[in-house]
Amino acid sequence: MIQFNQVYKRYPGGHEALKDVSFEIAEGEMVYLTGHSGAGKSTLLKLIAAIERPTSGSLLVKGQNIRSIKREAIPQLRRNIGLIFQDHKLLFDRTAFDNVMLPLQICGFDHRESAKRVRAALDKVGLLAREKANPISLSGGEQQRLCIARAIVNRPTILLADEPTGNLDADYANEIMHILQSFHQIGATLVISTHAENVLAHLPARELHLKLGALQ
Amino acid sequence: MNVFIEHLRVLRATLLRLLLTPNATLLNVLIIGIALSLPVGGYVLLKSVQSLTGQLAGTPQVSVFIKIGTGAGEVARIGDKLKQHAKIERTEFVPREAAFKKLQQSTELSEVIGDLAQNPLPDAYIVYPKATDAIAMESLRDELKTWPNLDHVQLDSAWVHRLEAILGFGRLAVVILAALLSFALIAITFNTIRLQILTRRDEIEVAKLIGATDAFIRRPFLYFGLTQGLFGGMAAWVIVSGSVLLLNHNLTDLASVYTGEFSLQSLSAADSVALLGFSAYLGWLGAWFSVSQHLWQIEPR
Repeated sequence: MIQFNQVYKRYPGGHEALKDVSFEIAEGEMVYLTGHSGAGKSTLLKLIAAIERPTSGSLLVKGQNIRSIKREAIPQLRRNIGLIFQDHKLLFDRTAFDNVMLPLQICGFDHRESAKRVRAALDKVGLLAREKANPISLSGGEQQRLCIARAIVNRPTILLADEPTGNLDADYANEIMHILQSFHQIGATLVISTHAENVLAHLPARELHLKLGALQ
Repeated sequence: MNVFIEHLRVLRATLLRLLLTPNATLLNVLIIGIALSLPVGGYVLLKSVQSLTGQLAGTPQVSVFIKIGTGAGEVARIGDKLKQHAKIERTEFVPREAAFKKLQQSTELSEVIGDLAQNPLPDAYIVYPKATDAIAMESLRDELKTWPNLDHVQLDSAWVHRLEAILGFGRLAVVILAALLSFALIAITFNTIRLQILTRRDEIEVAKLIGATDAFIRRPFLYFGLTQGLFGGMAAWVIVSGSVLLLNHNLTDLASVYTGEFSLQSLSAADSVALLGFSAYLGWLGAWFSVSQHLWQIEPR
């Protein structure tokens, strides 16, 4: 599903964010990506979603080489990847419902079918009652759950979560982790970056540890 | 996957966006409307004057007046000679009696003419030349002048050519005006869309992150330009049609003083469709320039 082979990522200016990274994630696997901030966790996730491209090495995501992927092919790749951001990246000019609707609009889904799916996604993260709320009126935990609903609404095969519990207290964090794990159980490939040790203890899975851009 | 429904959705969102900022929308539409109404107004004026010359002139012709007292045989001989002339398409004989009768009937001078003891008019031929440009007609006139027994050769449509030249000048002026103001329209839309792209930066970034194609991101902006241009065209139509209506009301009085018939023509259906289509296209074009200039700068990081 995801295959890193001697991947390097060097940013303009010379900072080397990833060094000789090689690993493989199988379909339906759940993996933790750990390490201190600045270790390269975010860069690694950005490479998978083709937000950045590797400087050298090969990275295959669903059979596509991210180093040489054509610009026009990126949207189709990203529709198969659900992205969950630490800063949520929600749009405050529309309701919670419309935020979750956006990926389906982009894919050109029929409106009535979309509305059903949006409600199902909101229900899964426990926000069905807040569908008309503006995301700005939601708490941090609720915003994170809304971000998850948006990521899963068009049923991607890969879910990437960048520090999904970063700003949340333990109770909220556990809730988020359980929601994420439920998608793993129905077959999604899941990569979660985190620096919170207690999360790992709670829901054990394979761990990839990054240190200064290199895999330990 | 329904492309048509997707376009309808974008159109609806665009109209809502226009209504959301009514003052800015109204201002933009008015600016576009006024800018467009100038060349369109010029076009209407030219077209009206042109139809006036059409009414008056018809096809260009040369009148050949024969000396009074010339015998009927000689008149017929001149007619044959004219008919056989290589540069003449056809001729029309106007006997002096017929011309006199027509004059008596047709003008307000009939009272004066009725007092005349005898017919002062000569026999005449109306000559329709093959070539109707000014130079050919003048050379024909000069040639006929040298024939014997002709009193006077008159070019009836020389002034039409002069008017044509002036109208040609006017047309060029309208075209230049239209071209310049079209650029203005494109520039207005370019700037409006640029500001919109900047204010919707977050939305564009998020849309790209969750798999939006360039076409999807471009679409609302193109629709916005198109719709704004269309509304601007409608404003221009209202401005021009309203002005024509108002001016015609006053022109009737003015024209009746000179016993003339002149009114400004309103925009025809074809002209109206062309105006709306063109303004919508220009709006779309301005948006397209703006989008291709600014959208690629927004990439998620």
